[in-house]
Amino acid sequence: MKTLNLEKAGWLFMRFSGALLIVLIFTHLGVNLLSDGGVKAIDFAFVAGKLANPFWQVFDTLLLWLALIHGANGMRTVINDYATKAGVRKVLLGALGVSTAMLIIMGTLVIYTLDPCPAGTPADLLPSFCPVA
Amino acid sequence: MAEIAEVQSFTVTFIIRRFNPETDTEPYWQDFDVEMYATDRVLDGLHKIKWDVDGTLSFRRSCAHGICGSDAMRINGRNRLACKTLIKDLDISKPVYVEAIKGLPLEKDLIVDMEPFFKAYREVNPFMVTSAKPEKEHIQSPEQRARFDDTTKCILCAACTTSCPVFWTDGQYFGPAAIVNAHRFIFDSRDEDAQVRLDILNSKEGVWRCRTTFNCSEACPRGIEVTKAIAEVKQAVLRGVR
Repeated sequence: MKTLNLEKAGWLFMRFSGALLIVLIFTHLGVNLLSDGGVKAIDFAFVAGKLANPFWQVFDTLLLWLALIHGANGMRTVINDYATKAGVRKVLLGALGVSTAMLIIMGTLVIYTLDPCPAGTPADLLPSFCPVA
Repeated sequence: MAEIAEVQSFTVTFIIRRFNPETDTEPYWQDFDVEMYATDRVLDGLHKIKWDVDGTLSFRRSCAHGICGSDAMRINGRNRLACKTLIKDLDISKPVYVEAIKGLPLEKDLIVDMEPFFKAYREVNPFMVTSAKPEKEHIQSPEQRARFDDTTKCILCAACTTSCPVFWTDGQYFGPAAIVNAHRFIFDSRDEDAQVRLDILNSKEGVWRCRTTFNCSEACPRGIEVTKAIAEVKQAVLRGVR
């Protein structure tokens, strides 16, 4: 194998993630907006139901990570192109890295820890589908 | 001879980006009105200015016929050879903007320091490497020769490299011209050093920096499909074969 470097890895990642994202995004849009009552069917229960399903957990994790890393790598390229001052570039790249990492962490947390009916919550704050305590 | 109509001439306004490192801190734009014919080239306009109007105007040119690659410059925002750009192909109802190619250190008026460009060129070993010493010539079929024919046309004018937005901000990037000249030997069946060149171009500042904006293909005065050549080198790096 030839020497691997970040630029080559990035170039390959953009191609593979791009191809996969086409499938993921259109499946996501189709399931959420078109099938089963379409866009009007989306509510808290719909999202909670999806995130309780292991298939959609993996699906959404893939979508989240690939889209964010793909987008951040593209933004990195744009910053490298337009930020001519080394200091400005460093700050922008740092901000991009931090915000991307935060979004990935928070998104992943939501996917795996969402509990639509947390115990001990007053009944008037819970969605209607939760079992009455 | 009265029936032969006089060839019509036009007044063309050139707006040229001037810079004299001995007196100027910043480049500035200066305009010149020149009487020209439709068959003239931008280079003829620059000659008229230098010879008849302002002898301090500095630019490079050698053969003046599109072969030496000396007079690449940015004409109306596009990298062109001044000696291959005809006045009739420009919209002369507007001024013609002429400036030095971008991304290389400006030395004076339309002249840049080409050394970073040639340094990248030298780094890809742009010469034949072969251990075989045949009695007569190296045999190569027409098909094998056709494989790299396009990239043999390069005249090293730097029009492609200095039209590349990646090169503008990342002076370390090898640039299209160096990759084109690596391609010329990587795909030459007689050459034995393809893997060395592929390893060089697989580096951080190698082919992966290219984002296929096609500026280089558009700029090449020799019509080389530069972006395609770079893509072929990328494929060769990935597959490790030529």
